[in-house]
Amino acid sequence: MSVTLYIPRDAVALGLGANKVARALFAGAERRGLDVTIVRTGSRGLFWLEPMVEVATKEGRVAYGPVTLKDVDDLLDAGLTTGGDHALRLGDPETIPFLAKQQRLTFHRCGVIDPVSVEDYRAHGGYRGLENALKLDAEGIVAAVRESGLRGRGGAGFPAGIKWNTVMLAKSEQKYVVCNADEGDSGTFADRMMMEGDPFNLIEGMTIAAVATGATRGYIYLRSEYPQAFETLKEAIVNGVKAGVLGENILGSGKTFHLEVRLGAGAYICGEETSLLESLEGKRGIVRAKPPIPALKGFLGKPTLVNNVMTFTAVPWILENGAKAYADYGMGRSLGTLPIQLAGNIKHGGLIELAFGITLREVIEEYGGGTRSGRPVRAVQVGGPLGAYFPDHLLDTPLDYEAMAAQKGLVGHGGIVVFDDTVDMAAQARFAFEFCATESCGKCTPCRIGATRGVETMDKVIAGIRPEANLKLVEDLCEVMTDGSLCAMGGLTPMPVMSAITHFPEDFRRAGDLPAAAE
Amino acid sequence: MLRHEPWSAERASGIIADHVHLEGATLPILHALQETFGYVDSGAIPLIADALNISNAEVFGCVSFYHDFRKAPATGRHEVKLCRAEACQAMGSDALHREILGRLGCDWHGTAKDGSAHVEPVYCLGLCANGPAALVDGEPVAHLTADALEAALTEVRQ
Repeated sequence: MSVTLYIPRDAVALGLGANKVARALFAGAERRGLDVTIVRTGSRGLFWLEPMVEVATKEGRVAYGPVTLKDVDDLLDAGLTTGGDHALRLGDPETIPFLAKQQRLTFHRCGVIDPVSVEDYRAHGGYRGLENALKLDAEGIVAAVRESGLRGRGGAGFPAGIKWNTVMLAKSEQKYVVCNADEGDSGTFADRMMMEGDPFNLIEGMTIAAVATGATRGYIYLRSEYPQAFETLKEAIVNGVKAGVLGENILGSGKTFHLEVRLGAGAYICGEETSLLESLEGKRGIVRAKPPIPALKGFLGKPTLVNNVMTFTAVPWILENGAKAYADYGMGRSLGTLPIQLAGNIKHGGLIELAFGITLREVIEEYGGGTRSGRPVRAVQVGGPLGAYFPDHLLDTPLDYEAMAAQKGLVGHGGIVVFDDTVDMAAQARFAFEFCATESCGKCTPCRIGATRGVETMDKVIAGIRPEANLKLVEDLCEVMTDGSLCAMGGLTPMPVMSAITHFPEDFRRAGDLPAAAE
Repeated sequence: MLRHEPWSAERASGIIADHVHLEGATLPILHALQETFGYVDSGAIPLIADALNISNAEVFGCVSFYHDFRKAPATGRHEVKLCRAEACQAMGSDALHREILGRLGCDWHGTAKDGSAHVEPVYCLGLCANGPAALVDGEPVAHLTADALEAALTEVRQ
């Protein structure tokens, strides 16, 4: 009888040699006369253990990891195909504390199933949400989303139900559902993992949105830095159409939803929803002024629902298990679960899905196990390149939209990047401006010019040229950018800059105060 | 190893015609042209403008706005994209990039002295828990070192 091996095709696993490991395992098994079937899955998000190979045994799945090419023969000799003992044997993957302690509502299939198989998706509970949605009217679906308390997971945290309701009520012959999969924030990879590991969860979420809002066409706008996710999504969509879960007459309901994946072209700003829509229309990714809001005039001027991958993928679970069940997770006005992405200089990095409310310190210490370098944590950037740097004394802040905002930070897309004590915060503040200068769409002056002036002024501070006066200038500049920018790119670049200056002042005065003549 | 066809207006027109029915066809067309020829030839601009009934300026503006689109053929045998974003910085990517660019003998957006690779900066590849990270001809590389990159460039050549 054939033994099934599960080997991830997630980009992290591939980046650590998963394809070579898969080929070697197949060849090695063949040489030993063992009959193996290899299923390429997504990742469970325990990234320090990748490539993590799982074997189906009578007692359930047994994991091994991290498996490198040189371990393959040794593992096969130790009886990997029957769950045999080995130094790399991790046992039942679901009992690994990093995973066992999580509350995986959105990611429960990721790393478990064959991502492009509709049958496998349905065998693991897929499409129950859509089936329930099809029994409701549009108002009923939107009510479920509203009552779940789900807020936009892309960063802004806008209540999803309100957006859905606006698009539902808009009158138009054509409406669109657009997924923002331009996951550009450093330290985030939840969207990528989901699209590579469980793309039908996204497809189902978007389909429910289409049924609720009356949209018949949808697009996934994916960043070009994710070539593996692009291939997986294309394959999933083709299989979805074949299986009757996309296209005409979805699940026999008479409803239509045509879905297409579109590739961005390396512009960070296209993660901003109006810039994304411009890009999707085939134009430069220049931010639009609002109003009109995209829910009323979006793609090609038609009512368009734009949500992030994590927002759409929360929806099937909500429709399957009920709004109340989802709202039972979380705290205050941040309900449900947040897929936290732990990254940077971290020992055990990966995807941690938990109810809102866990503190940064708990994430870093209990899940992350401290820094990979073994040195003390000095700064933690939360929420991507536009998020604040937190010092040690603020690490007890809970991950919650309001609590983070109270500390002049943001949850963003839930990315946490850890830095050890070798970090130079003046260099990080300079980089925030440099990144903004590189990626600004150029529409508004505070962002376009301000970012470049910010780099120049930070260079003076770093060189020790009148640091106090120049830091004052940076502060003024940040105020102008915050108040005068059209979108979050210019408006939030001051957040990493000012948090670095506020919490790590010593890094900005290292060169001392040079005489004015040096300028 | 990246292989591309030499520029041909006729071939380009065919590619454009294949995509012209799409809503917002500009980016899919530009991607398809770059995939075929390795860059977007200036000769393609009036062809796209004509097919989509927009101005040359609008097409050129689009090509120049996005980092991905090359206006001249790539000169290196391989395309290396090195992640410069914060999560990789936390793992020492700045120093690593200085070493890599030093070994290759080129700067950002440049081509290695031995012609082995063209190097572009990229801001985040979503491999943030396993940095520093890179893409070599579209294949992800995690825990990047200068030696690992050299090995990868040698290996994909074979």
